Amino acid sequence: MSQNTLFDKVWDLHKVSSLPGGSDQIFIGLHLIHEVTSPQAFGALKDKNLKVKFPERTVATVDHIVPTDNQSRPFKDNLAEQMIETLEKNCLEHKIRFFNIGSGNQGIVHVVAPELGLTQPGMTIACGDSHTSTHGAFGSIAFGIGTSQVRDVLATQTIAMNKLKVRQIWCDNKLSKGVYAKDLVLHIINKLGVKAGAGFAYEFAGPAIDELSMEERMTICNMSIEGGARCGYINPDEKTFSYIKNKLCAPKNKYWDKAITWWDSIKSDENSIYDDVIKLDASKVEPTVTWGITPGQSIGINQKIPLLDDLSPNDQFIAEEAFEYMGFNPGQSIKDTPVDVCFIGSCTNGRISDLRVAAEVLKDKKVYKEVKAFVVPGSEKVAIQAKQEGLDMIFKDSGFQWREPGCSMCLAMNSDKLIGNEISASSSNRNFKGRQGSPNGRTLLMSPAMVAAAAINGKVSDVREFMKK
Amino acid sequence: MKSKFTPPIGKITQINGQCISLIGNDIDTDRIIPARFLKCVNFDLLGESVFEDDRETLKGSHPFDLEENKNATILIVNSNFGCGSSREHAPQALMRWGIKAIIGESFADIFYSNCIAIGIPCFTLSKKSIQEVQNNKDNKFLFLEIDLKNSLAKSKDLTLNLEIKESSRKMFLSGEWDATSTLLENEDFIENKLNCLPYLEFNSPIT
Repeated sequence: MSQNTLFDKVWDLHKVSSLPGGSDQIFIGLHLIHEVTSPQAFGALKDKNLKVKFPERTVATVDHIVPTDNQSRPFKDNLAEQMIETLEKNCLEHKIRFFNIGSGNQGIVHVVAPELGLTQPGMTIACGDSHTSTHGAFGSIAFGIGTSQVRDVLATQTIAMNKLKVRQIWCDNKLSKGVYAKDLVLHIINKLGVKAGAGFAYEFAGPAIDELSMEERMTICNMSIEGGARCGYINPDEKTFSYIKNKLCAPKNKYWDKAITWWDSIKSDENSIYDDVIKLDASKVEPTVTWGITPGQSIGINQKIPLLDDLSPNDQFIAEEAFEYMGFNPGQSIKDTPVDVCFIGSCTNGRISDLRVAAEVLKDKKVYKEVKAFVVPGSEKVAIQAKQEGLDMIFKDSGFQWREPGCSMCLAMNSDKLIGNEISASSSNRNFKGRQGSPNGRTLLMSPAMVAAAAINGKVSDVREFMKK
Repeated sequence: MKSKFTPPIGKITQINGQCISLIGNDIDTDRIIPARFLKCVNFDLLGESVFEDDRETLKGSHPFDLEENKNATILIVNSNFGCGSSREHAPQALMRWGIKAIIGESFADIFYSNCIAIGIPCFTLSKKSIQEVQNNKDNKFLFLEIDLKNSLAKSKDLTLNLEIKESSRKMFLSGEWDATSTLLENEDFIENKLNCLPYLEFNSPIT
């Protein structure tokens, strides 16, 4: 059993009681809500005649259903309009702070909370969205919950949960040029498998992780869930503190030093005990692309799609399903696969640094004529910053469409969807069957830089070839 | 269409019913209920759309479309079932279609806790046992009697030792799987916790 890790310390601090069945009642320090998984929870509160216990511990924004072309109200899509109206009404009625469209702070919930300084080390954070693990980048214990648990957090600020085991994933050395956090996390998921994280929290550590910026760390923790780990985290350090400093909701003045002292104290101790430790060499990671229908089915850009015999018996069934669905053959290259759509955005890779990297590749280049390319900033703040830096113009000049913030084609709950069996090069997080809105649409996950390279060439490309002087 | 849906309530000790097999690893919640069906403010109509895209692709031969399965209540699955999105819409859709319990090789964490929270017990069995059940020639008429108290499933000629997290099993037997009221019993502890969290001292409330 793990001891003295950040996870143990934060869990113990937030434990309210041991429940009769053996699980723990855990206090949730910060609860984030959005329009998709909260309406039924508010409905259940009403049915049970309960109030929101601590409205000041919940923050709302709208992201999944928002259109990214025309955001004027009412939305063209009646169902989407009904969902945003329901959230507006619930927040008003229960006095919950809501960052609506046009507030300057709306966006994907996992982009917005860190930007506002809401996400801080040592907190427990829950949200009805599996990518809540993103916030673990700050040394918080953050995990996705379902709607019944959203109801429980609203009503009690606590949930019933079994304590997780802790696996440390130690990443040695440094990522090489043209290789990004997205490549590293895809590599990790490929090595460990998509279900290895069940029952675990992942602690990402080591020189390669220390080297990453906060936004890159968010990309890593974001995709913990794709490796089966509901929660992923990184111990806080100077980069964490300086990212938070001066944000809207950051501790101010005399409280700042207090905060830092406490944040320092909740890091995993040097003599921490883990349930499991995995080590890997980050310098060996190549730009990575998925070829299948799970985020674990990925290869380096210069590798071949595996033969069935190369895979463990457990992975063969889903591989066969993937070959059939994707129309790829075992042993084929992924490089030079033609793409129809290029999408940059999502809670995985829709932040300002992601847009900067992609814009650098796209500068003075044109999107291939048959490719539809669009970029969806992760939040209003990201969009404003990008415009100040002129990134929107670089995207537009290259032929990318510049859109308004939201989740967009990561899960295609708005009108941004693949058509038929189109192939998308996507900076998002899931390549599941039908994920991007068409029941036979195909998704290749990769870093934003790789999406930009694919957009220019009209086919899967090695972004490092754009970087040679 | 099936008979009117009534949600489970109170103690869950016994589930008897016909099995329906769904073969495949890593079946994610986007497949169980595609995102376009999440545009709703209640769960009422989700049962009709469960596995919509997979069913459409198989044009009538999906297990959820076979006449012989229409009264099935116990779903038999393989490994990492319910991975991906945290959408509770997935188990809600299964439940509204008629599923009352799931037996599988393994489940994704969030899906598992969503099932427990809405009263669907999820049991695990070894890969070998699952395959035995799924390959059973009489499978389409395999009826199981699941006994939560002893974690056993029995049919005419089959006895399976099911595994389930002890905390979940106890919650079903006591009826406390619907956690809100249990959590609320500790109201004083919750207030105390709020007052002793260091970060609440150095952060001003969000208003």
